[in-house]
Amino acid sequence: MKLMIDWTHFTPLLSLSGGLLIGFATAIFLLFNGRIAGISGILGGLFQPMPNDIVWRIAFVLGLVIAPLVYGFVMPLPSVRIDADIASLIVAGLLVGVGTRYGSGCTSGHGVCGLSRLSSRSAIATVSFIMAGFITAYIVRHLIN
Amino acid sequence: MQVLMALFSGLIFGIGLIISGMTDPSKVIGFLDFTGKWDPSLIFVIGGAVLVGIFAFRFAATHPHAILGGPIRLPTGQRIDKRLVLGGLTFGTGWGLAGYCPGPAVVSLLTGGIKPLTFTIAMLAGMAIFEIQSRFSQHPSKKAT
Repeated sequence: MKLMIDWTHFTPLLSLSGGLLIGFATAIFLLFNGRIAGISGILGGLFQPMPNDIVWRIAFVLGLVIAPLVYGFVMPLPSVRIDADIASLIVAGLLVGVGTRYGSGCTSGHGVCGLSRLSSRSAIATVSFIMAGFITAYIVRHLIN
Repeated sequence: MQVLMALFSGLIFGIGLIISGMTDPSKVIGFLDFTGKWDPSLIFVIGGAVLVGIFAFRFAATHPHAILGGPIRLPTGQRIDKRLVLGGLTFGTGWGLAGYCPGPAVVSLLTGGIKPLTFTIAMLAGMAIFEIQSRFSQHPSKKAT
């Protein structure tokens, strides 16, 4: 099999810039608040309420939610395409919800924070979800559609 | 102040996700499906974030106190077990099916229409299912989450 780069969609500079910004957000949240910016962990913590542990989670999620509004003030939002139908999105959402909690992290917690900490546990988790993503994307794109 | 900083971190994180192109599920699938034309952008996103993150976590390793007070809470789990890998595989399957992981789905809530909303509700339901399940079966590794 030959690897062919999709040059029309590949955005190395924009993706690197966005990545640096995500790293910056992760860094300030770690150093100022002492917390890991793992999205599934932050969301999941809302289901196990503890004193003084809810408001910061809601604030972080609110920041994520209003991000496109703030971005939209400056420039138009990039266009997106969602190929999955509603039924697939429900199944996918359930899998992501259960899987990230059971495996203690997602792309941000294990991928960004874990790899930044050079955690072998997070490296194993990251390889696991990327492998499953490869296989699923192949099945959905080439065997079903 | 901690709440404001959480809001700000979430906002910057979300803007980073938008700039990097990760709020577009077809771009994420374009990375996960490397058998067609491959879009390696996602590597640049994680690479950029880790590039910044690595310094922040290295600093945090020797500075136990957060700037706004309280300890810096770093994950303590070391165990590489079935749970970690199965959770990762489950998450990755959902990720490959929809092209959404938790961060981009939440960022797309207000501007992405019915599809990211459906995915996010299903994801939160999945997290709730995990929570209920783990409360009923007193899992010994519960505190690892």
